[in-house]
Amino acid sequence: MSAPQWNNKVVKWVDDRLPVISMLHHSAYEYPTPKNLSYMWNFGSLAGFVLVTMILTGIFLVMNYTPHTDMAFESVERIMRDVNHGWLIRYIHMNGASMFFICVFIHIFRGLYYGSYKAPREVLWWIGILILLAMMATAFMGYVLPWGQMSFWGATVITNLFSAFPIIGDPLVTWLWGGFSVDNPTLNRFFSLHYLMPFVILGLVVLHVWALHSVRSNNPTGVEIKTPQDSIPFHPYYTIKDLFGLGVFLIFFCAFVFFAPDYLGHPDNYIPANPLVTPPHIVPEWYFLPFYAILRSIDFTILGIPAKLLGVLAMFASIVILFVIPWLDTSKVRSSKFRPVYKWFFWLFVIDTFILGYCGAKAPDDYFMGIPGLKVIVMGQLSTLYYFAHFLVVMPLVGKLERTKPLPASISESVLKEGANA
Amino acid sequence: MRKFALTAIAAAFAVTAFTGNAAKAAGDAPVPPSQDWSWKGLFGTYDRAQLQRGFQVYKNVCAGCHSLRFIAFRNLEGIGFNEDQIKAIAAEYDIEDGPNDDGDMFTRPGKPSDYFPSPFPNEKAAAASNGGAIPPDLSLMTKARVAGPDYVFALLTGYEEEAPEGFDLSDGKSYNHYFPGHQISMAPPLYDEAVEYTDGTPATLEQHARDVVAFLNWTAQPELEARKELGLKVILFLIVLTAMLYAVKRKIWRDIEH
Repeated sequence: MSAPQWNNKVVKWVDDRLPVISMLHHSAYEYPTPKNLSYMWNFGSLAGFVLVTMILTGIFLVMNYTPHTDMAFESVERIMRDVNHGWLIRYIHMNGASMFFICVFIHIFRGLYYGSYKAPREVLWWIGILILLAMMATAFMGYVLPWGQMSFWGATVITNLFSAFPIIGDPLVTWLWGGFSVDNPTLNRFFSLHYLMPFVILGLVVLHVWALHSVRSNNPTGVEIKTPQDSIPFHPYYTIKDLFGLGVFLIFFCAFVFFAPDYLGHPDNYIPANPLVTPPHIVPEWYFLPFYAILRSIDFTILGIPAKLLGVLAMFASIVILFVIPWLDTSKVRSSKFRPVYKWFFWLFVIDTFILGYCGAKAPDDYFMGIPGLKVIVMGQLSTLYYFAHFLVVMPLVGKLERTKPLPASISESVLKEGANA
Repeated sequence: MRKFALTAIAAAFAVTAFTGNAAKAAGDAPVPPSQDWSWKGLFGTYDRAQLQRGFQVYKNVCAGCHSLRFIAFRNLEGIGFNEDQIKAIAAEYDIEDGPNDDGDMFTRPGKPSDYFPSPFPNEKAAAASNGGAIPPDLSLMTKARVAGPDYVFALLTGYEEEAPEGFDLSDGKSYNHYFPGHQISMAPPLYDEAVEYTDGTPATLEQHARDVVAFLNWTAQPELEARKELGLKVILFLIVLTAMLYAVKRKIWRDIEH
């Protein structure tokens, strides 16, 4: 951790006055990283890359976008047709939102599998959840900006959720809208906030990386770095590994941008917003579907609390619950690699979120995967129940009851062992 | 590396399978059969002659009721017309302009920079002339419906003379197999010989429908060819770059047990 000596006079001059170069050297060059990280550890830096991409493309889109209900849709079409490579910038931004969520979801599942939320990484984990929440708000407001049918009706449905709260509900919604329906003031404020939020996310990312660098990366064994042999400097080992991962990811990203740019979107958003015509199915973007399914699955009242309020609370709880999992998980072992029972529950949980996503995309009265008698709403309810049971029942109980496999003495030992078996 | 490839493929598969649901969730009408369009696939391009025939169909049939407000005459360069042809096409239209120095609106022949004029002055007028239904703008039609080109083609060719027995068809409506709810305000717009093609292509209903869908797909995605052409270059570049990055990664990591 000793400060490096700079030979270049200019570098030294600057660094003596503001040690920014030393800081970068410390955190992007010599940062000791476990040597056994798998490719599952690539998605954090990928998410960071997508964030920067979104900010840059967004800045250029704003140069040509008009946040007014009469002109928003047309200005987007002008970007698509008349701005040089405007279609490219917009398609990158549009698909970039999906790519961001893909990276972040994989990143979160990785954290769940390898116990990256456990001590001493709780604060790191919390900041990550805050980033997810900020991303969701940003994505939602961004989707409203083109002012298509799904923009308008999505905004109407989601903002209306706040009316579920007793007493303050209705005034709150009016306050959010800036009027008595989703209209021009709503579009304007969403535009303003959509421009602000990415920089809030950027700030949170700085804190996230800061926290990471003080507690160090977790790794597939879940065993902390103990000796210098367990770690390698971040550069060049992980810079090159991240770059290779970025190349693969960009191929995937570009396949959507250039060959299926509208695949992840909804066709209704190419119809200009019309407050007088409600689309037959209002469906959020794919990354919100599991949460939407949880919201809709509560169609009953408990103790006189109306279903709508319960649904809203359940939806928020589905993310807020992540804050307390460092204490819900009672296992002493971090990595699921050494947790023969929990490992299966983890995968069951992954499948459960996919089922929730499917339910969110379908009408409640449809049949689940066409299975006669099994309504989507029922399947959504069961999956919602399981979602919460995973955190509230499985995590505390399995942690206590499970017989974990013996942990390797160190990262180096596990690496050598695996090398011998290969 | 093997593990990495498997993970990547599984992730890509899961994402596409999963997200596909979202797009297909809306709409209850029968699924339109998939057609073999020239612009499909990695190398798909538009057929200029077909686009021009489709434009002829739009101009002579659809334009009576449907606007095309995102398309300017100058854009027709994209379907293979030259500058003089575009000027001639634009000049066929009367465009309202003004106010002039006396404060009056006036009409003048169209110029390439003008947009296609709408057939009705406003939505109320459009609804009044069409039994209460507003003919939608067609600029983005093939992007604004699930499986857009297939759907529009199926719709245009999916009219039935008589509604099935027991179906309660309102006055002034037509029965269409593919329209959600089957009851559509648009009377069958196309029929054999609706337009006489200048290039000698047989003027069947199906041909008209196919051509106008091609034209409308171009109005919805005029960037399609440029997009795919650039996409191929970008992806080829990325494949080479990624392969090299992998080689460098192997070299850097060769002495590390991991």
